Amino acid sequence: MNIEQTDFYTQAILSMAALIGLTSFLMLGQSRLLRLIFVFALQGFLLTLTTSLAAHSLHNPHLYISAALTLILKVIFIPWMLRREVLHMNIHRDVQTLKNKTFIMLGGASLMVFSYYVLHPIVQTTAPVMLNALAVSLSVVLLGMLLMISHRQAVAHVVGFMSIENGLFFAAIVATKGMPMVVELGIAFDVLVAAVLFGIFFLHIRSSIDSLDVDLLNRLNEIEK
Amino acid sequence: MIAAYLVLLIPLIGIIFFAVADSKSDMGKINVYFNAICLLATLWLAINVLNQGTILSTSKAFLVDPFNVYLIVLTAFIGLTTSIFSAPYMAHEKEIGKLTDRRLKLYYTMYQGFMLAMYLVLTTNNLGIMWVAMEGATLATVLLVSLYRTPESIEAAWKYFILCGVGIAQALFGTILLYYAAMQIGDGSNALLWSVLYTNAQQLNPEILEIAFVFLLIGYGTKIGLVPLHNWLPDAHSEGPTPMSAVLSGLLLNDALYAVVRNKMLVDGATHSNIAGYLMMGFGLLSFLVGALFLHRQKDIKRLFSYSSIEHMGMMTFAFGIGGSLATYAALLHMTVHSLTKSAIFVTVGHAAQIAGTQRIEKIRGLIRTQPQVGWGLLIGTLAIAGFPPFGVFTSEFLVLLATMHSYPWLAPLVLLGIGIAFAGLFRHIQPIVYGEKPEGQLPVKANLWPVIIHLGLVLWLGLSIPGFLAHWFSQATVLISGSAPL
Amino acid sequence: MNWLIAILQGALFIALAPLLAGWLKYCKCRLQNRKAPSLLQPYRDLIKLSNKKPVVSDHASWLFITAPYLIFSATALAATVVPLVVVDLPTSASADVIVMVGFFAFARFFLALAGLDIGTAFGGMGSSREMTISSLAEPAMLMAIFTLTMTASTTNLSGAIAHVLNEGLVLRPSFVFALFALILVAVAETGRIPVDNPATHLELTMIHEAMILEYSGRYLALIEWASQLKLMLYGVLIANIFFPWGISETLNPKDLGYGLVAILGKLALLAIFLAIAETLVAKMRLFRVQEYLSFAYLLGLLGMLSHIILEASR
Repeated sequence: MNIEQTDFYTQAILSMAALIGLTSFLMLGQSRLLRLIFVFALQGFLLTLTTSLAAHSLHNPHLYISAALTLILKVIFIPWMLRREVLHMNIHRDVQTLKNKTFIMLGGASLMVFSYYVLHPIVQTTAPVMLNALAVSLSVVLLGMLLMISHRQAVAHVVGFMSIENGLFFAAIVATKGMPMVVELGIAFDVLVAAVLFGIFFLHIRSSIDSLDVDLLNRLNEIEK
Repeated sequence: MIAAYLVLLIPLIGIIFFAVADSKSDMGKINVYFNAICLLATLWLAINVLNQGTILSTSKAFLVDPFNVYLIVLTAFIGLTTSIFSAPYMAHEKEIGKLTDRRLKLYYTMYQGFMLAMYLVLTTNNLGIMWVAMEGATLATVLLVSLYRTPESIEAAWKYFILCGVGIAQALFGTILLYYAAMQIGDGSNALLWSVLYTNAQQLNPEILEIAFVFLLIGYGTKIGLVPLHNWLPDAHSEGPTPMSAVLSGLLLNDALYAVVRNKMLVDGATHSNIAGYLMMGFGLLSFLVGALFLHRQKDIKRLFSYSSIEHMGMMTFAFGIGGSLATYAALLHMTVHSLTKSAIFVTVGHAAQIAGTQRIEKIRGLIRTQPQVGWGLLIGTLAIAGFPPFGVFTSEFLVLLATMHSYPWLAPLVLLGIGIAFAGLFRHIQPIVYGEKPEGQLPVKANLWPVIIHLGLVLWLGLSIPGFLAHWFSQATVLISGSAPL
Repeated sequence: MNWLIAILQGALFIALAPLLAGWLKYCKCRLQNRKAPSLLQPYRDLIKLSNKKPVVSDHASWLFITAPYLIFSATALAATVVPLVVVDLPTSASADVIVMVGFFAFARFFLALAGLDIGTAFGGMGSSREMTISSLAEPAMLMAIFTLTMTASTTNLSGAIAHVLNEGLVLRPSFVFALFALILVAVAETGRIPVDNPATHLELTMIHEAMILEYSGRYLALIEWASQLKLMLYGVLIANIFFPWGISETLNPKDLGYGLVAILGKLALLAIFLAIAETLVAKMRLFRVQEYLSFAYLLGLLGMLSHIILEASR
């Protein structure tokens, strides 16, 4: 199936998938926290656009609520909170050197290929377009995990965590036209609580190790020091 | 059905009550009352299910069948006994200045929040809500793990939060795939309801379900503590307050396994190949062996028993993976006895740590001379969990072994070996703790050992003879999960 | 007739290039609250320069003197390949996009040689920087263009534009990537902020200006004109490939008129965007340029990949 033969909605969804995938890559390569947070907000915004588009084209008004929730939580609230934290801790000028950036990027690319490989069996039963969107969302999830592995700052971990949520949300919108309303509200509630908890945690981590560098959290170990 | 709503409503009231309560009031006791009422409600629910069979609420939002009703009762029971233990324990922690009133209030609020999440995981019919509640359970407990605000506890809580959060995200992806498969055969609004999916399981696309199950197993498996996703578990158990360790080990792990088994039932219905079973067997056996080996090198008594939890959860996962009626029956029994024994052990360990003032194994010595009840409790609990004959754990482990020999005889030596290693690992640490030289000036603490006695008594009872109604229950659940009656 | 129009289009291209530069400067000045020079100022500059007697160093060889002519004619030839107001002309049919990139490479080669020829420190420094940047920019540019040509199944620019035009509005993820990649490359290749600053002669940061430091008089005029032409060329490339609407497909005078208006409008708009970007962004350190260009390459690659994965038929 060629893209010219698909409808406008599908084309738009695919473009959004590509852009969201791109933002994940951008986050992976960011070494400055504020820029990382900005790209995260951008990803949230793209997600909001996708959701509203889906709500409009599929005539599914409850997706507008999801879109609004995404906008409030992932574009405004969480980035605002993280930004404030970073400015407060005065770590926004720290350039965190990423070790083997090239390898991380290559790893990201191979994760993307891997997600296609994993989801390939689905291709027989579905439109290839949806497979693509699913694979992109899975790779956003995996790239979020890679982001958490490769960055040391707690803020970056939170961004990775939330971008994993973004990937899942995108999958839900694209593949299944949104989850049932209760579930979506439940997930949004969980995300909100998680965000608040992260805020509390920053406070605790800061007061205990006076930094947000997660590498300093290394007291618990199987090997006694 | 009212009973089921009541089970959910009581902890909800509990949360609100503790959130607004005056922190000077005797919250420990009130917590006990809440859990006691809840246990009564669950018993009422259980009687209903016993009389009527499976109950599906009119909105189809809740489903109570023989499989989850016994877990609900177990949850309520352990919730109650742990709350009985936690009241004096937390009071003691406050006395020695480790906690403030406000944190105590947070603790009780979150205790009820955790119970609510647990009941919701068990009763809901919607797989999406199940995920939400599972995540909710993490969120409720994460601040409890860091309740002492030491750097270690904050690290443990952070690890717990991040690992479980990321892990469980995989489960959501699996759920989305499941929903996607279900959307292809039916309408969207009911497509996440377990009861609907279960009746239409044959029509679901097997390929999608297999992939979905991999994600679900990884996701909920993180919560079960399956190796190699187990890193958070020993940390969270060792750094949180002891009652928290008891409910984490006794309830959270069980409920995560429950979620996996529920999903496995769907996958089995759709695929006919035993891929879900093999995956569970592999992960289960690996966790079992690794957990057993790690027992040997622990320095912290709570970490020791959390590795024991990993080991036992591995065994249950393995048994559910084998999948026949005998193995399923054994797994259900093991779930029960393990929860009872492990929460009893954590209660005694909590007291032992308070006596010695530390959790380090080499500093805890001579319990039997300082406070014989605690010493004996720990000794008997360890005997029980290691699978000594008169106790229920022995029965269930024996049944697992039997099922293994029946279905996969070549795996039986590995299981036996694991049991042996775990046995040795526990006893090399526990023996000096109980019988060793009593340090100077070690004094007994105020302890309420009734929960331990009740739990271990029940485990003993289950080992000697399984009461008729319980056996009936287990059989019903086994039929539901594996499709055929045991024995 | 076709050839006549082709030659006219080429001449128009060359004639309009300074105007675009003037417009860009005008926009930038207005954005920075300065009084803008007239739109025709670049023409006046060119005339003034060509009337002056050039001063050529004693050490300069024949290469130094011939280079400006070569550079200008290569760039002008490249310009004829790109459809400006009408597709399907004989000049663009005879050469494809790879030839166009080749013309650029040719011009750059002589520019770099001329920079080295005179033997001053700045010339050599500018040449080496220019070559570094272009060696990184060229793959990115080709990657972006290949994405487009794969979609159209032709490397001929005019064919590709006609393909995009006939297909109607299709949202392609690959085009989004390719567009961004091409914009980044265009900024680097034409020496604009943040890669190079055309307005300064700050010794440590200049690239393009360093190479042409020794030129004066009509030689300088030619080189300046060529670089204005290059800027316009990239602008037309972006405007006509990704937003081809308005370009004429027939030789009918009315359509040609529309085509001219359309491309002028698109270029004016593009220049405004560029001016805004140049006002907002600071010039980056030279050592970060490779990062910037590898990002452009990544975008081009992603565009190509998403074309293969997301769009191609299975």
